[in-house]
Amino acid sequence: MTVSVPAPHSGPAAGPRKLKVATASLSGCFGCHMSLLDLDERLLQLAELVEFDRSPITDIKHCGPCDVGLIEGSVCNSENVHVLREFRSHCKVLIAFGACAVAGGLPAMRNGLDVGDCLKEIYCDRVGPGGLIPNDRELPLLLDKVYPINEVVRVDYFIPGCPPSGDAIWKYLTDVIAGRMPRLEHPMLRYD
Amino acid sequence: MTQPTPSLDQVLPPILARHGNDPTRLVQILRDAQDQLEYLAPDTVTALARALNIPRTRVESCVEFYAFLHDQPRGRFRILFSDNITDRMLGNQALFEHMLKRFHLAPGQVSEDGLVSVGLTSCTGMCDQGPALLINNMPITRLTPRRVDEICDLVQSGLPLADWPSHYFKVEDNIRRAEVLLGSGFRSGDALRAALARGPEAMLAELKRSNLRGRGGAGFTTGVKWELCRKARADIRYIVCNADEGEPGTFKDRVLLQSFAERVFEGMALAGFTVGARQGLLYLRAEYQYMMPHLLAVLERMRAAGLLGRAILGQVDFDFDIDIHLGAGAYVCGEETALIESLEGKAGRPRIRPPFPVTSGYLGKPTVVNNVETLCKATEIALHGGAWYEAQGTKQSTGTKILSVAGDCERPGLYEFPFGVHVSEVLAECGARNAIAVQVSGASGMCLSPEEFGRRIAFEDVPTAGAFMIFGPGRDMFEMALNFADFFAHESCGFCAPCRIGTGLVQKMMHKIAAGQGTRYEVNEMLRLRELMRTTAHCGLGQTAGNAVFDTLQKFRPAYDRRLQDTDFIPAIDLEAALARARAMAGRDDADAHLGAQA
Ligand SMILES: Cc1cc2nc3c(=O)[nH]c(=O)nc-3n(C[C@H](O)[C@H](O)[C@H](O)COP(=O)(O)O)c2cc1C
Ligand code: SF4
Ligand code: SF4
Repeated sequence: MTVSVPAPHSGPAAGPRKLKVATASLSGCFGCHMSLLDLDERLLQLAELVEFDRSPITDIKHCGPCDVGLIEGSVCNSENVHVLREFRSHCKVLIAFGACAVAGGLPAMRNGLDVGDCLKEIYCDRVGPGGLIPNDRELPLLLDKVYPINEVVRVDYFIPGCPPSGDAIWKYLTDVIAGRMPRLEHPMLRYD
Repeated sequence: MTQPTPSLDQVLPPILARHGNDPTRLVQILRDAQDQLEYLAPDTVTALARALNIPRTRVESCVEFYAFLHDQPRGRFRILFSDNITDRMLGNQALFEHMLKRFHLAPGQVSEDGLVSVGLTSCTGMCDQGPALLINNMPITRLTPRRVDEICDLVQSGLPLADWPSHYFKVEDNIRRAEVLLGSGFRSGDALRAALARGPEAMLAELKRSNLRGRGGAGFTTGVKWELCRKARADIRYIVCNADEGEPGTFKDRVLLQSFAERVFEGMALAGFTVGARQGLLYLRAEYQYMMPHLLAVLERMRAAGLLGRAILGQVDFDFDIDIHLGAGAYVCGEETALIESLEGKAGRPRIRPPFPVTSGYLGKPTVVNNVETLCKATEIALHGGAWYEAQGTKQSTGTKILSVAGDCERPGLYEFPFGVHVSEVLAECGARNAIAVQVSGASGMCLSPEEFGRRIAFEDVPTAGAFMIFGPGRDMFEMALNFADFFAHESCGFCAPCRIGTGLVQKMMHKIAAGQGTRYEVNEMLRLRELMRTTAHCGLGQTAGNAVFDTLQKFRPAYDRRLQDTDFIPAIDLEAALARARAMAGRDDADAHLGAQA
């Protein structure tokens, strides 16, 4: 698929500037990031257009000021909240990327259970070593429920799908980069 | 005085026998079983699956799907308050809370002695005589604090419902304005006789000439529908009368069935004669179960009079009879393909169309699905001809239309007007002064503001399935939109993602705004979701689920604005509180075990 993408300009006087993109996976399975890799040779094209900040691709740990942030996964623990807040405060455009980020997705299947009961069953009620719920302050605490990211911060765009296809991601990103309203039509708009 | 619960071996065989051990009658079987067993326990489900030789999961999926089928005990008295916006405007919430308090119950909870549960349900079609409730599927209308106390006393006395004074269950017609359909005397058999004299081809020609359009909402031309069914190649055809009437604010079909049942059934027989069907099915919503004895008696009478059964009116090759199926509390079953699924004993999920029911409907056979009122209109055409009919109403919307008027007016009830009537005329006729809004055609319909009261009720301007809910001065239109957001989230069948998730999200956002936690962000999101549902949902339910929010945002924006916060965004949840449980479980209170309020 070919998409013509005009070079982005940050202002009339400045020369072309690459957009900065950051990505992160909160409570997800990295399936959405795998789908990002499904861009295959278009990744090279993307690298021409954007520069990656924090992302599993670059291994940068904290994100600086960015144009676009892609968030995979839902909000399940306190660390997810911190990462999400960092993204929101640094990214001009924040995109919920995949079913987990959009709506809670698979991790939200635990929402019918009490989180205390889950912890107890896993750490206390089983035979084997331990018997205590870990309490190291290094460990993020679980939230009572799993939340979609737009219940915690403002989200600008949503890409549905579990995971969204590489084509859908490409269409979305190239739309945003080119300054178009990002839009997915059938058959790329899908929820499974 | 608790009766012992009868055993499965006693209860199930007669029910199964009555339904011929036919799995396509599963919904009816489950309803009958529940009537006697109070709820459908896992054992019952297993026994039915075995007896019908179908997977247990099929039975289970049915029980789970329908709001009126229960896999848990619901009490010997199951009370459900109708919770349409018109009930709310009449104060149902205070009555609901009063009853809960008297029984010391939470909503939906069953009392410890297994006597009673009290919950809410979608509109029960009693909007002109609300607030209303259902007790074991029997309606009680015009609730007052005193009436609620009396009901509580009766429940506590344990007196079986059948022995309660009958005046409690009186349902009024409230016909306020009658024209050809509600006004003219109807001699049972005349329409059918006229059709027989004409013959099916000529009857079809009259119907097409009349330009009659369906009254169930979509407005499809009835003549074309019948012709397609007649021409479809098949050995068997069916006529289905859609009496699901689940659209909040609509109650005209209830009155037609209550007081014009002969006409409805004759319309079905007429359709059978015209398209060549021998079997009719009336799909009656669970909320109207109280009419069952009456309807069955009418059918018997008509059989005795030779208007149903074999060789109708002496015509040797014309056999036609009607069976009644009860729904089980699912708005989506009004959608014709979901209705057919339900008739076939399955969960009522809309089918993929095409094929349309006219070629492949009930049991895969060509099927005409028509609204109750449409079938009544067909009898008018049989009697008076297409040209006569076409002269009434407007060019694209011929004939008269029955409106179910409720809300803030002096005389709620049924109003029959020729199509083309101005909204303002209806308001004047029912005694509604200074209305600030009219919601036409129910929760899925259109919200009109006073500037639009000059518009006309007709397919070419403001189409309607019949509901006409009036909002007087001082009403808060946000409350209406909130009520409808709850309705759609509850009624979404869950088959397709845009509707299943979209209605849930809209509901959450509306409640967030109601709680004073909303921002412009939620407003934009809801507009976006509305467009998404409108264009991508699988059936009409999802496609129209965002209409009320959209319309009220366009026309009653201040009702939203005064609830909105002026910031960019407020999280939907209290994150600090959301960590409390895990914090306590891990016994932590360090700085990292807390989340500040802001980013
Ligand atoms: C969610 C939904 C609910 C509906 N509910 C009803 C109903 O209660 N009664 C009805 O007659 N039609 C209802 N319809 C419309 C039916 O699908 C169908 O169009 C109608 O019964 C056809 O009959 P008509 O041509 O006589 O109008 C509903 C449609 C949808 C999408
Ligand atoms: S949306 Fe699907 S693929 Fe993406 S993180 Fe969630 S589960 Fe994995
Ligand atoms: S639109 Fe809603 S009701 Fe219709 S099929 Fe989809 S989920 Fe079910």
